[in-house]
Amino acid sequence: MATIQVLQGFISLPKETYFYQPLKFKTMQEILEKYKSVSEENVNQWFKVGKTEDFPENTGACIKYKTKQIAVYNFVRTGKWYATQNLCPHKMEMVLSLGMIGDKDGIPKVACPLHKKNFSLEDGTNLAGEDLKIATYPVKIIDGNVYIGFLE
Amino acid sequence: MKKIIVVGNGMVGYKFCEKLVASSESKNFKITVFGEEPRPAYDRVHLSAFFENQDAKALEMAPAAWYKENNIDLIVDEKVDNIFRTTKTIITAKSRQLTYDYLVLATGSSAFVPPIKGVEKEGVFVYRTIEDLEGMLGYAAKLKAKNPHARAAVLGGGLLGLEAGKAVMDMGLEPHIVEFAPKLMPRQLDARSSKVLQLKLESIGLNIHLNKATQQILGEEAIVGMEFGEEDILDVEMLVVSAGIRPRDELGVICGLTMGARGGIVVNNKMQTSDEHIFAIGEVALYNEMIYGLVAPGYDMADVAVNQIISKVACQMPDEIDMSTKLKLIGVDVASFGEPFMPASKGHSIIFENKTQHLYKRINISLDGKSLLGGILVGDASDYNMLHQVYLNGMKIPEDPSQLILPASEGGSSFGSVLELPDTAQVCSCESISKGDICSSITEGGCNNLGDVIDKTKATTGCGGCKPMVTDLINETLKSLGKEVKETICEHFDYNRQALYDLVKVSQVSDYEEVLNTFGKGHGCEICKPLVASIFATVTMETPNRQPTIQDTNDRFLANIQRNGTYSVVPRVAAGEITPDQLIVIGEVAKKYDLYTKITGGQRIDLFGAQVHELPMIWKELIAAGFESGHAYGKSLRTVKSCVGATWCRYGMHESVTFAIDIENRYRGLRSPHKLKGGVSGCIRECAEARGKDFGLIAVEGGWNLYVCGNGGATPKHAVLLAEQLDDETVVKYLDRFLMFYIRTAGPLVRTAPWLDKLDGGIAYLKQVVVEDSLGIAEDLEIEMQGLVNRYECEWKQAIESEEVMKRFKHFVNSDDTDDTIEFVPMRDQKKPKAWV
Repeated sequence: MATIQVLQGFISLPKETYFYQPLKFKTMQEILEKYKSVSEENVNQWFKVGKTEDFPENTGACIKYKTKQIAVYNFVRTGKWYATQNLCPHKMEMVLSLGMIGDKDGIPKVACPLHKKNFSLEDGTNLAGEDLKIATYPVKIIDGNVYIGFLE
Repeated sequence: MKKIIVVGNGMVGYKFCEKLVASSESKNFKITVFGEEPRPAYDRVHLSAFFENQDAKALEMAPAAWYKENNIDLIVDEKVDNIFRTTKTIITAKSRQLTYDYLVLATGSSAFVPPIKGVEKEGVFVYRTIEDLEGMLGYAAKLKAKNPHARAAVLGGGLLGLEAGKAVMDMGLEPHIVEFAPKLMPRQLDARSSKVLQLKLESIGLNIHLNKATQQILGEEAIVGMEFGEEDILDVEMLVVSAGIRPRDELGVICGLTMGARGGIVVNNKMQTSDEHIFAIGEVALYNEMIYGLVAPGYDMADVAVNQIISKVACQMPDEIDMSTKLKLIGVDVASFGEPFMPASKGHSIIFENKTQHLYKRINISLDGKSLLGGILVGDASDYNMLHQVYLNGMKIPEDPSQLILPASEGGSSFGSVLELPDTAQVCSCESISKGDICSSITEGGCNNLGDVIDKTKATTGCGGCKPMVTDLINETLKSLGKEVKETICEHFDYNRQALYDLVKVSQVSDYEEVLNTFGKGHGCEICKPLVASIFATVTMETPNRQPTIQDTNDRFLANIQRNGTYSVVPRVAAGEITPDQLIVIGEVAKKYDLYTKITGGQRIDLFGAQVHELPMIWKELIAAGFESGHAYGKSLRTVKSCVGATWCRYGMHESVTFAIDIENRYRGLRSPHKLKGGVSGCIRECAEARGKDFGLIAVEGGWNLYVCGNGGATPKHAVLLAEQLDDETVVKYLDRFLMFYIRTAGPLVRTAPWLDKLDGGIAYLKQVVVEDSLGIAEDLEIEMQGLVNRYECEWKQAIESEEVMKRFKHFVNSDDTDDTIEFVPMRDQKKPKAWV
């Protein structure tokens, strides 16, 4: 029943309220600005996001920290862990944790599942040299627990 | 600044502009171009391509913006009416007056319509411009609506007539070719090769009538038939006249230039008419008492005219013009070069003829046996480029010249390497690009592949006939530089897909990591991971649930990821047959989860806007109601589209729905290099659009015709006939072989049509492999396919029954919250994702 009410709610909306896309642009920009790279020495808050076995091998998974969505990559082939924003800056979609990971000329990378934009997991730069960059976060593993470092 | 007016904006007129703006003197000239047609110059040579896409823009030589960028005033849809030579002025139909320093007439030609009684009737067309084609298309559609078996004739069995025949056939009309002479293509072919061509064309459905002089066109207002003599009548409802061309030389007559006895404006070897300020080029120009109806000499004339105008007077038209041509007529290679019909006094001919395979090759050798004078090829012109070069450059020929045309035994061609050609050899005659130009674009110009070379030299951009040779040259040159031209998957594997497929199959590696460690290097990427997943899917018929992290995101979540990060759900509706109860279930599920619903192009129903955690719940309900995965997310078999068939349709010949269901169920879940679509039509009206699919079946008297390698999409292609009048069992057998052969050998993300394009030997070779089992692998292919069919399992059923797999369907690892950035807005009583930016 609940969904049907929602549906009726839609239909009764006045026409002019359909056109508020610019709002999303603004909010997405705001969301994007939430993500700034953090280096290990600046971390003020190490947040525990789960046990290592919660994270599938050689791919990404998404965690939530306050209002942020962070993609965490368990790169078993090299034994390293990486974390980046989950938001792909190309089309503003929360999808990077779903992307395939691998390397380009030895640089570990994630490929966005939507349009295959490649980003370095080390520093977040776009590997095709495009003007797109994602924020990266430090990860540490203590006693089988996964921690991500934030400024606040 | 000097003023040039170009009258006529066809291929040659355009080429004149292109060459002039590319010259060093271009800044000293201002060009104004008049075109009579309503659009800028387009590629008339490939006019029949207009049928494939109906896209006039794709045929344009250059967009209207190009003229602007190069400071050329292009005035279309305006005819030049008169020339006043004393004042050097022209006047147009719209009373515009302009003066010139140089006038270039590139008015081309029009179709010659013989004075046959009744030729003015409705339904009689010429085949010359896009407007002619549009007229034909509209008329054909009306005819077909009234009579699906409507017939159309083409008057003229020459080169253009046969092109028009193809156009008529593509329109779905029954094509008839009517020729006055006793043979087809009388100018290019001798009697025997013409006969071979005729047999071939008849085998693909053209009806050919030779030795027919049309007395009158029958009908009241519209054409209903052609009368050749008493009691000799052909019933047709449309006629395309393609009986030759006439130069559009009216302007020359009006202003008093010297004209040829049978038309054409006389020019000298500088392309000047009898007035030195007026040039004529292309099909309006009469040079050496000849009108040259080919594009290459037209381009040469444009080049000469440009050079004369910019005072490079040494550039003149040669006395002898090479009229060699190679073309594909209705899929049949036809070529002639040099002197195709050589009198016995000048040399000897070597002829190879095979009527069963519709092959004919003739070469003419000088009396001393040392040089090649000309020849004719029908059915297989793959040797044309090389033979043409040998002829043009007077190269040495083998002691036994028959080697030049005999089917190559082992080890391929008797020509040796393309690199042996002299640097001056003209490889692309449309653009006058020599072998040296192409090689130096690589050795000095930094080009690394075909695309680079085309950008730099413009080779292949005219008729495109030289493409195979240019490709060979590029590959050979790269090889000689020590650069490898191997096709590899990505930086992690030095193999192509086919090689890796074989390795995985014989080595029994168990997963991607092992494949990467054994055969590759590095850590993989988004190219090789799904490719290896696809190989595993064929070799072991595993579903994406076993190795989820190497799958494309769609396969990992068994749904199509859409903009805003939500997913869409498509249950299988085999052949589009669905019960009311199933429809109700889909409707109820869509309502419950508030999904946007739409009928897809493949006769099923797509449900959009599901969040990842909802997917298992949705599928539990669908599976409980008897649905299974539709694999809309995979590079795999999608649907087999059907028309309603003999069960209901009064025209249907066989039960297309039943057969389509059987076939869709047979190949459901089959992973392949790219998506696969099928179609089954119950009669030749082809309502299922089966020829737009990777495989298509059309019911005919006595069974099914099997077509393969078609697709819609960005580069539409009609599927081509693989075998005729098959029973159900044989269809399945051939399909097993065809699909398995494609899956084994195609590159990643290569659909069947481009795969066939690249397959050496093309459809003839594919027929040998699939129908005649020339490789002796047919049984192997069938067994492999049967194994896959037997092991099919619905991967969604597998998923909802496994706790491990279910863990995947969650947005956050550390929270049960859902993604709060997903937002929808209403649209036409449903919802849509809130737009990006």
